[in-house]
Amino acid sequence: MQTFDLEAQGLRALNSTLHAQADNSNQTHWEIVNPKGSHAIAVGLDAPIEVNIKGSTGYYCAGMNKQATVHVHGSVGPGTAENMMSGMVVVEGDASQYAGATGHGGTLVIKGNASSRCGISMKGIDIIVHGNIGHMSAFMAQSGNMVVCGDAGEALGDSLYEARLFVRGSVKSLGADCIEKEMRPEHITILEELLERGGCDAKASEFKRYGSARKLYNFNIDNAY
Amino acid sequence: MKDEQNGAPRTLPIQSATFSNPVNAEIRRASATGIYDIRGGGAKRKLPHFDDLLFLGASISRYPLEGYRERCDTNVTLGTRFAKNPIQLDIPVTIAGMSFGALSGSAKEALGRGATMAGTSTTTGDGGMTEEERGHSNKLVYQYLPSRYGMNPDDLRRCDAIEIVVGQGAKPGGGGMLLGQKISDRVAEMRNLPKGIDQRSACRHPDWTGPDDLEIKILELREITNWEKPIYIKVGGARPYFDTTLAVKAGADVVVLDGMQGGTAATQDVFIEHVGQPILACIREAVRALQDLDMHREVQLVVSGGIRTGADVAKAMALGADAVAIGTAALIALGDNDPKWEAEYNALGTTAGAYDDWHEGQDPAGITTQDPELMKRFDPIEGGRRLNNYLKVMTLEAQTIARACGKNHLHNLEPEDLCALTLEAAAMAKIPLAGTDWYPGKPGTSY
Ligand SMILES: Cc1cc2nc3c(=O)[nH]c(=O)nc-3n(C[C@H](O)[C@H](O)[C@H](O)COP(=O)(O)O)c2cc1C
Repeated sequence: MQTFDLEAQGLRALNSTLHAQADNSNQTHWEIVNPKGSHAIAVGLDAPIEVNIKGSTGYYCAGMNKQATVHVHGSVGPGTAENMMSGMVVVEGDASQYAGATGHGGTLVIKGNASSRCGISMKGIDIIVHGNIGHMSAFMAQSGNMVVCGDAGEALGDSLYEARLFVRGSVKSLGADCIEKEMRPEHITILEELLERGGCDAKASEFKRYGSARKLYNFNIDNAY
Repeated sequence: MKDEQNGAPRTLPIQSATFSNPVNAEIRRASATGIYDIRGGGAKRKLPHFDDLLFLGASISRYPLEGYRERCDTNVTLGTRFAKNPIQLDIPVTIAGMSFGALSGSAKEALGRGATMAGTSTTTGDGGMTEEERGHSNKLVYQYLPSRYGMNPDDLRRCDAIEIVVGQGAKPGGGGMLLGQKISDRVAEMRNLPKGIDQRSACRHPDWTGPDDLEIKILELREITNWEKPIYIKVGGARPYFDTTLAVKAGADVVVLDGMQGGTAATQDVFIEHVGQPILACIREAVRALQDLDMHREVQLVVSGGIRTGADVAKAMALGADAVAIGTAALIALGDNDPKWEAEYNALGTTAGAYDDWHEGQDPAGITTQDPELMKRFDPIEGGRRLNNYLKVMTLEAQTIARACGKNHLHNLEPEDLCALTLEAAAMAKIPLAGTDWYPGKPGTSY
């Protein structure tokens, strides 16, 4: 395992070292100490490496991740794992706004709570939150799955497209075009796999499923002749 | 009143200038359908524009360069502030971002071919990067938009510059719309959405708000791309002084400023015609912001919105821009709105030159469509050739003017080379009214 002291060596050195791992994959385990809330830590990774961040991070930690597993032993600032393509990001603490925004793939696990706009515009990512999520989460969510073991804030899934939302606790309110949907056996199967991947011990049967009513899909439907 | 019995002359019927035929037709259309008009293109109303400025040319106090023999350079470098690899262009006319989805794949290819032959850059758009345009564009700017359709780190790394789109001149503060009929399998897949549904593009970025966040977003993009790529910030012509200031403070290498004449693929007509400022009113304010920060020429300014000729290019540069971008004009060069399709335009209820329902996907010229049959009409090689010709003509025209003003580089054109034909243009461009040494608001004058 390689240890990298972010405070001493700086962000540029960190990210360029991690980017160079694509060709040098015998160093597969990295530990980053002294993150101290810095922004853009471990962004744009594209190798099957494992990065452990010992502490909390600022904005966009693990942004655009591909292949790598990034584990934050602390909390994360806004936009963690934004636009992730593949791989896995695990946050032991809480996540600020827009966690997993526009993610195209991979898995984001937040063991604490996530703030507002979690999973905004998600495009295929799976997001599993052990705690609660804030308002306007899954706004315009296109595809992928979001699992919330706690409660969801106001306007969940506003203008939702085809993403699946599973919530165990209460939902303060649903956003425009988001409705509760029947939990069929295939959804239970999907959810069980997600819960296992996210390390949650909740039971799939305790969740409700929400999805798009698909009424906003055609802009002028009410006015059509 | 008419009084035929007495044989007196009749009052002529007079159309109201306020309730004109087009206005009334729109009221009738709205009352029949209950929906506002959506269209492509830019503002169609007459606006103060580059036509309201003239070059003075050389005289006894300034001597000209010989039209054909003496050197007048046209190259420009964009992204000199922070990027390791700034973009070098042979001409200061670039191709603006137009989405794949709005345009067909072969139209994007033609833009790449033409721009590359002319030695300039082209730009992706909402909907992501296609192989056609990457393959045929020597210099490709990759747009980073609120929708993030098709956004991925691989394309980010294989582009030549990144353009963070905050706004567009046609719709500052607005998002986008792509109607279902243009969502083919390919477009749907690139955007991770079902086929055939209307797609909305958000008006705000999903993971940052405000200039402080933007600065961090730029840091992230630079870190992902190893600080190699120039980062542009594109804003609509709303508050050019403040937007330019904030873009520079957030760390932009290049500011792209798009005035209200700028085209769009689709937006509400009310937005296009009533929100934003004409580009003429924006350039000097953006330049003033750059000068106040001591960043003029260090952060380059690219302007767009209704640029058609080499004269427009020269005027934009004389006002302080480093380069311009063209959208609508490039489409016309490719063959959009060509009178040769007049019968088909008529069948669509319009006429060549007025066709703006680009979002409906029925473009007779086969450019703003995803319909395979219509697309066959458009040849990307011929389109590229035409665009290259047009870009060359614009450049020669701009050089002609620059030489007449005694300038050996287009960048040396300056406000002193210009006069204004109207009070409005004088005030907006801060250029003296022709025949005077005055413009409204000139420092040291009382009115
Ligand atoms: C068909 C079409 C599609 C466009 N798509 C985009 C886009 O995806 N992103 C963007 O920032 N601007 C887009 N624009 C705006 C152009 O980038 C540019 O700002 C504008 O066309 C410049 O004005 P002009 O058309 O008068 O040259 C589009 C314009 C047109 C005509």
